[in-house]
Amino acid sequence: MDTQIAHPEIVGRGNRDGAQLFREWFEGLSKTAEDGGQAAYVFVMGSLNEILNTFDLPVVFPEINSLQTAVRRVAHEFLDQAEDLGYSPDICGYVKADVALQHRGGAHPMGRVPKPALAVLTNACNTYIKWAEIWERMYKCPVFTMDIPGTRQGGVVTKPGELDFENDRGYVEAQIRELILLCEKTTGRKFDIDRLRETMRHANEMSACWKRVIELNRSRPSLFNALTDGTIYLGVANGFRGTPAGARYFRELVEEMEYKAAHKIGTLTDEKYRLVFIGVPCYPIFRRFNELFTQWGGTFVNSSYLWFASGGLNLGHQYDLARPIESLAEGVLISVRDAMDSMFHQDRMIEDILEDFHVDGVIYHPIKSCRTVSTGLADARRHLGRRSAVDSLFIESDLMDKRVVSEAQMKNRIDAFFEGLTARRGRAKAAPAA
Amino acid sequence: MAYAAGVDVGSTQTKAVIIDEARKIVGRALIDTGANVVVAAENAFDKALEASKLEDDEIEYVIGTGYGRYRVTFGNAQVTEISCHGRGAAHMFPGTRTVVDMGGQDTKAIRVAANGEILDFCMNDKCAAGTGRFLGAAAAALDIPLGDLGATALRSTKTVRISTTCTVFAESEVLSWLGKGKKIEDILWGVHQSIAMRSAGLMRRVGVEEQVTFTGGVTKNIAMVKALEEKLAVRLNVSEDSHFMGALGAALFALDRIVASRAPHDAPQEVKL
Repeated sequence: MDTQIAHPEIVGRGNRDGAQLFREWFEGLSKTAEDGGQAAYVFVMGSLNEILNTFDLPVVFPEINSLQTAVRRVAHEFLDQAEDLGYSPDICGYVKADVALQHRGGAHPMGRVPKPALAVLTNACNTYIKWAEIWERMYKCPVFTMDIPGTRQGGVVTKPGELDFENDRGYVEAQIRELILLCEKTTGRKFDIDRLRETMRHANEMSACWKRVIELNRSRPSLFNALTDGTIYLGVANGFRGTPAGARYFRELVEEMEYKAAHKIGTLTDEKYRLVFIGVPCYPIFRRFNELFTQWGGTFVNSSYLWFASGGLNLGHQYDLARPIESLAEGVLISVRDAMDSMFHQDRMIEDILEDFHVDGVIYHPIKSCRTVSTGLADARRHLGRRSAVDSLFIESDLMDKRVVSEAQMKNRIDAFFEGLTARRGRAKAAPAA
Repeated sequence: MAYAAGVDVGSTQTKAVIIDEARKIVGRALIDTGANVVVAAENAFDKALEASKLEDDEIEYVIGTGYGRYRVTFGNAQVTEISCHGRGAAHMFPGTRTVVDMGGQDTKAIRVAANGEILDFCMNDKCAAGTGRFLGAAAAALDIPLGDLGATALRSTKTVRISTTCTVFAESEVLSWLGKGKKIEDILWGVHQSIAMRSAGLMRRVGVEEQVTFTGGVTKNIAMVKALEEKLAVRLNVSEDSHFMGALGAALFALDRIVASRAPHDAPQEVKL
């Protein structure tokens, strides 16, 4: 088998370049902040980067800023500060870390975050709405909330050309046109539809590539870890959506994955169990959490996080550049709706990938401080258990708050899960062939 | 004759069991875990050896289990107590399909296959609500020895409904009921019912299928057995050795490995954990 040492340039390039782009992004934000500039605050589920890029507005993803405080093991300082200000221990950890960040004048472990010129959000997460109200109060900045119609019935997805879909698309399009007016007013610049076409073209390439990267992980051994490597790719997918750098990155990521697939270079040297992760990662012990699985030979081949946290980029949806605004509305509707479905109806999606990705187990990870993504996971697991024989594990912790992360308890449950998998696999091997 | 041992280092107590090739328990020991987990494991093992009248070198394989399983420094391997309770319960009561293990700091509901293999499990979250610790807090508040809790609770004629399952708040709620003139036995029965309700909820999440075997230290409490049986409307399997079920399961896994190591390499054999 090939090794990573034999192919140093292409193997691992996605992680290296992703980390570099991430640093450059934060350096740019820091410069904007130091120069007294402002940014557009956006969220991963429906960032509308395509419009904001057209106006050269730097984008800030508060969700990413917050998770980075956890990965860098300083989240507790931010959470404590917000709780001292009166925010409850029970509310979203991302919100609290951001509140503390704003009170620190944007001082972040990765640089300095500029203040908002405006905030753009969707209804994909109900906390987004209350979160943006905080900035509205603090900075008196305009807040633009896009109301994206969700799936009306689980498993029934309307398509372009159908009456319901076209009504919804028109509703989203009208809001996008309002957003353009707001951006013109905020920046003092005229909207340039050719710039929009350009960003949409880059977004098209990124979307097609992201879909391809995820599909390539059907390979055995799996080419990337959907939890750890996947989070790096997601950072670029969001921060560089609709940019030349983002398009180049994903083009090269496809190259890397195709190379690894051709040479059977896996993310683990001894892949024993292929897992799907449902939920949001445990960022306070991000690497350790993953190790609890890899030490049993388990690796994550796919994840609902790759779907909803990429704002639906995983669908590979292609904008029609001949009718940019109408097509953008269509894409936003489809991708944000899918991001919501990835949280609320992901059981159907999981069922669809079990065979293709050769899945041995599904890990459900509800988190204490996000009810949006966690509510219903117990039911979803039960539903999957009735329709499939795949093993599953239900473990709870948090995305930010180490106080509710018990590594010993998690390890106990994860070990027991793998003990069961090992026993069943051993018995299957020992059974005489039919 | 080959002997195997299991050492279950729990948060409150450490248990050790030694079995022979016929899977018969030949020695057992139970001690408080205390602050030094390594020493607790050693002491429990030594006491089990003493009870079995065996020497250290006669034990071919030792498996550590429980939260302190990696601190059983003389052990050959570790297996979680979830797997061990399932295995022990299915061995002691072969019809077992559901196990409820109530220990000092956690309660587990485990669904097992006929061979004791774990099919699913569910545990209390990161607090000791609905565990043995809750009973300990109530006993302390009422100044009753832990061993007398069950018998006292069963004298109840009118249940007091305990609204909290929080171990920290239990004491204040118990005291507030005392202040209102409620009888100790009625309060205690309410405490048992509160824990039983929470445990039954955990069990329903994995699916309650008969037979149901009750394991762990709280099996000694006759009121808890009754409260759980009433809540689940099933009869529970309980034995004198239920407290040792995790250690027994660990010893059974250890014996499997002794047997597997002796099997000819070309002979088909069931691969155990």
